[in-house]
Parts: sequence; structure tokens; C-alpha cells
Amino acid sequence: MTAVSVAKDSVAATDELVVLKNVNKHFGALHVLQDIDLTITRGEVVVVIGPSGSGKSTLCRTINRLETIDSGEILIDGKPLPQEGRELARLRADVGMVFQSFNLFAHKTVLENVMLGQVKVRRTDKKKAEDKARTLLDRVGVGTQADKYPAQLSGGQQQRVAIARALAMGPKVMLFDEPTSALDPEMISEVLDVMQQLARDGMTMVVVTHEMGFARSAANRVVFMADGRIVEQAAPDQFFSNPRSDRAKDFLSKILHH
Amino acid sequence: MNVLLDHLAEFREGFIGTVLLTLASGLLAMTLGVVIAGFRVSPVPPLRMFGTAWVTLFRNTPLTLLFLIAWFVVPVIFVPGLSPWTKALLALSFYTSAFVCEAVRSGINTVPLGQAEAARSLGMTFTQTLRMIVLPQATRTVIAPLSSIFIALTKNSAIAGAFSVTELFGVQKLLSDKGFPITWIFLWVALGYLVVTFSISGLFRLLERRLGVAR
Ligand SMILES: Nc1ncnc2c1ncn2[C@@H]1O[C@H](COP(=O)(O)OP(=O)(O)OP(=O)(O)O)[C@@H](O)[C@H]1O
Ligand SMILES: [Mg+2]
Repeated sequence: MTAVSVAKDSVAATDELVVLKNVNKHFGALHVLQDIDLTITRGEVVVVIGPSGSGKSTLCRTINRLETIDSGEILIDGKPLPQEGRELARLRADVGMVFQSFNLFAHKTVLENVMLGQVKVRRTDKKKAEDKARTLLDRVGVGTQADKYPAQLSGGQQQRVAIARALAMGPKVMLFDEPTSALDPEMISEVLDVMQQLARDGMTMVVVTHEMGFARSAANRVVFMADGRIVEQAAPDQFFSNPRSDRAKDFLSKILHH
Repeated sequence: MNVLLDHLAEFREGFIGTVLLTLASGLLAMTLGVVIAGFRVSPVPPLRMFGTAWVTLFRNTPLTLLFLIAWFVVPVIFVPGLSPWTKALLALSFYTSAFVCEAVRSGINTVPLGQAEAARSLGMTFTQTLRMIVLPQATRTVIAPLSSIFIALTKNSAIAGAFSVTELFGVQKLLSDKGFPITWIFLWVALGYLVVTFSISGLFRLLERRLGVAR
């Protein structure tokens, strides 16, 4: 009986995929992240919104340690983020990241972009990696572009390739930092569609975005940040129709009037 | 004219000496330069410090002084019994590597930071990121400065002649000591250097064009 409850407890514990405990970070005198506590469970889709400069990107980047933190703790699937080095590299492979500016490898073809991590980091053999890459490229709708270089693709296509590249690693969680902000309006929806599908498939996602439509339809939770703090967290419907904090009300009135 | 024909063997030997010394120190300098450039952008502070110290030391010391050190200090303090050719190789390539390093580093800085961040977030290590993502994209910008560095190296290798290593410039001394007309000797020696330096700039122009297409 006790054995069973222990087992249940450990399942419950591993359900917390990303945990930030009392995280603080400074850029010189600027206190960008202030006492951040955030827990993301497996399969959850969390949208982070907030005014420019509030620390959303920084928060996102600390989760795979592209930015170091000054104090506090970050756990991925129960393991604390290690120091820079091989172990951190291995852990990063489990955390997919999609950037605002795509950052596809400019000297490699689309197919090579999606294969590289599998072959060099996961040590998958070339044939398998290629099959998986082609499947993923088809899934995000750019299968026919496999042999082109990134510069030959539209922004929307590049971003979908970037998503495929991250997915190829079989990540436990995907981080998106304003994935549609650099896109022309007609390309935004093609990227959001891919992300919607990913959310429906049960991927754990942290998405920094100002796309309220996406937040409403795909997110389980909205996290509102201002001045380096998490000011408010709520289910999307509740947050958008009835924000509690003045900061959130002010912010929403501004973006909804555009 | 006669000087050349009568001493073709010496000229040829000197020419080959220059080519070999330039080639060998070029290769060593290139390897060292890239590795040290890697050190200079590495996340490990001691490596960065080593890289900075290396560049500061070898870029700011006159080459002749490095030759003197290689000849008179290295055998006493470090490794005795090096051949003059090896000592010339070390002096030339350490000196040149500092310049190669800085050229490569400035090339690295032209590659957008996002490229390295994307590689790191895929789980690639620092070395993998540098080797597979950053350096290949830095290559094109590095080629023009490298061409100048290797031409300078060719001419710098003349110093080895003064240290009794057989190379083109040394031939001049040998023959003018024997009383042959200096103008002609100089002309032929200069022509020899031109052949080497023209080949280098030709080769690098070719590389530049090739890489221009690949992108
Ligand atoms: N590398 C850095 N060095 C110094 N300051 C930085 C650095 N990166 C970000 N900052 C500062 O930290 C603050 C938070 O930046 P961050 O990019 O996290 O904001 P954000 O919420 O993502 O804003 P945006 O909506 O404009 O993307 C900003 O004031 C920014 O200027
Ligand atoms: Mg941002």
C-alpha cells in the first residue's frame, strides 16, 4: 500500500516538467527577473505576455540557460540545470527553442538544418535522421522546400522549418519567443496553425506572444509579466475578460485597441 | 641574366626553400590561429586568457626578436637540438598565428549571434557549434585578410635567410658576397617572391569565388 502511494507521488513529482523557483537575474543594474516562481506541467501550454522590456524573452532564455541566472533554481523534468558543458548540452537537446528571427543555419539546406541536431547530438544514423526530417517537414507543410537554402524561403516557411528543426530532437518542452513577430500578417497564421496542432498533440509549450487568438484557443494558462515580475496568472478566458491587476488591465486595453 | 643561368641550382634551391618554409609555417600558423581564435571566444575564462596572452605576445614582438629567441633562448630553456629550419618554422608560424587568430576572430564576429544560439539550443557543444556552424560561415569574410597575412608571411620568411636557412633571400647574400652584380641578383630574387605571392593571392581569389557560389 505504501509502495503504491510512493509510486503515485513520484509520478506526480515528474509531472512538473519545468520548475522555476525564486529566480532572479540582473543585467548590470537592471533587475530583469525578480523572484520568478513558475511551474509548468507536462502537456501544458503556457502563454507569456506583457509589455516590451518586461523580461519575457529573458525568462524564456533562462529555461535552456542561454541566459544564466543570479539566484534561484531551474529544474527540467526534475533535474537542475547544470553548468555550461557537455551535460548542459545534453539537457538543452530536450528543450526545443524557436526564435523570433528563425536563426536557421544559413549555410545549410532546409533538410540539413533539420538533420544536423539528430546526427551530431542524438547520434541518429543519417538515413533515419533524413526520414524523420522529411516527415517533420511535411508535417509543417514545407516538404517540397527540403533542398533549398533558408534565404530562399519566406519568413513563414523559415519559421516552420525552425519548428521542425526543434521537433526533430524529440524535445520534452518547446519554447517559443515571439515566433510570429517578424512575420508579415499573411504568414502569421501558417505558423500559428502549426503551433496549434502541436498543442493539440500534447506538446508542453511556453509561448511568448502577443497573438491573443492563439492564447485564447491553445493556451491552458496565461502568465502576465511586467517589470521583471509575474504579475498575474490565469486561464485565458478569465484573463482576457476579467484581468485582476491594474497593470494587466492597462496592458490589455492598449493592445486590444490596436 | 648570366647570374641566374650560372647559378640556377642555388636559385632553385632557394626558391624551393622559401616555398617550403612558407607552406609549412602557413599551415601551422593557420591551425594554431584557428585554435587560439576558438580559445578567445570560448566560455572558459582560462582559455580566453591564454588566447589573449598568445596574441598580445606574438603580435607585438618584432619578428627578428622572435628569431633571436628561437635561436638563442629556446634551445637553452626549452628544447635543445632543434634544426635551424625548425626554429625558423616555429618563429614564423607563432608570429603569423597571432594575425590569423585575429582575422578569424573578426570573421567569427560577423556571424550573427543567433546562429550560435540556435546551435547551442539544439544541444551542440561549444566545439561543435564553432566547427560546424560558426567557422564555415566566417570563412568567406576571413579569406581576404588571410591572403594578405600569407603574403606577409612569404616576405617575412626572408628573415630566415639571415639565419642561414636556405631560402631565396639567402641566395642574394651568398651571390653578392661572391661579387656578382647586385642589381640582377635582386631582380631575380624579387621575381621569385612575386611568383609565390601571386600564386597565393590567385589561390585565395579562387577560394573566395568558390565559396561565394556555395552560399
Ligand atoms: N543582453 C542584455 N544585456 C543587457 N540588457 C538586456 C539584455 N537583454 C535584455 N536586456 C534588457 O532586459 C530587459 C528585458 O528584456 P527582454 O528581452 O527579456 O524583454 P521582453 O519582455 O522580451 O521585451 P520585448 O517584448 O521587447 O521582446 C530589457 O530592458 C532589455 O533592454
Ligand atoms: Mg522579447
